[in-house]
Amino acid sequence: MSAREERLARNLLDPASALPEGLFDRPGRFAIHRNTVTASLIEALCTGFPVITRLLGDGVMKDLALRFLRAHPPSSPLLMLYGEGFPEFLEADTRLADLGYLGDVARLDLALRHAYHAADAPPLPAQQLAALPPDRLAEVHLDLAPALRLLRSPWPIFDIWRFNTETNAPAPRAVAQDVLITRPAYDPLPQPLPPGGAGFVAALLQGAPLGEAEDRARAEAADVDLAALFTLLLQGGAIIGASLT
Amino acid sequence: MSQTAKSLAIAGALGAALSTTLASSVDAQTKEKCFGVALAGQNDCAAGPGTTCAGSSTVDYQGNSWKLVNFGTCKDIALPPMADGTPRHGALKALKRDLPS
Repeated sequence: MSAREERLARNLLDPASALPEGLFDRPGRFAIHRNTVTASLIEALCTGFPVITRLLGDGVMKDLALRFLRAHPPSSPLLMLYGEGFPEFLEADTRLADLGYLGDVARLDLALRHAYHAADAPPLPAQQLAALPPDRLAEVHLDLAPALRLLRSPWPIFDIWRFNTETNAPAPRAVAQDVLITRPAYDPLPQPLPPGGAGFVAALLQGAPLGEAEDRARAEAADVDLAALFTLLLQGGAIIGASLT
Repeated sequence: MSQTAKSLAIAGALGAALSTTLASSVDAQTKEKCFGVALAGQNDCAAGPGTTCAGSSTVDYQGNSWKLVNFGTCKDIALPPMADGTPRHGALKALKRDLPS
């Protein structure tokens, strides 16, 4: 970009900065363009963080979005992925310090959106899983779908999400919740994980074989229900490959 | 626990999960993306905030826009023929017909 273009680009997000000299700007035209850019980014953030918008209300969310977009303009032309740093931005705002869960709820909003846009991957047919040698399953590595997301939180983020997205959902309980997002039939589905579940899935995501993943799960919860975890993964179409090392 | 005993325990859990899953959801794949069947402005996608492409198709039965339909029904959806009489069918991949000019 030339120096002139850089100044133009900067002024789009910072109206106080100087416009380049000699800009042929009929009064207000550039300001109209700047307003359109700003309004569309605010709209993108409000749409992209639906639970945060609901929790804070439209007015507060729009104000936060404006300050966020000026501090963190999009780095990619893919607006659908915009808002990467928004959870940390919320956590850094001292006025929101009472709402400690906001950051993690924003992470859930973001993870659902990214899961939606992740690549398609057909699940491994059940017969191929059933055909793995039972006496060597501890050595098997599972490949998980690109859409799968795992979130760990000390807050009841699943309950908060459900309370704000579904009618007649129960009020959030005061518990820590780990959430698994899978994408059966193209729509991201968040589900709370039972104790030990996040350790199991995190180990698989890091490429650990099943035996090690089970150890990690048991270290977190001795009575972890492996069958329930496999069921969650299978019903979510999340297992797309299996290999013996 | 020996590695073999551990493997067999994991196999038990996986086996139980496989039978639960097979019993409860034979329709593991219940939807498919079907191209060229949505009316103008009625396509799915929700490509994301601000850029949403849901509802962005501009012509009826636009070949490169899709709609989620029940699995296995895409190709059988009844569509009116094209202006020159060529029959229209939905497809699981993007089509070259009915593109906005």
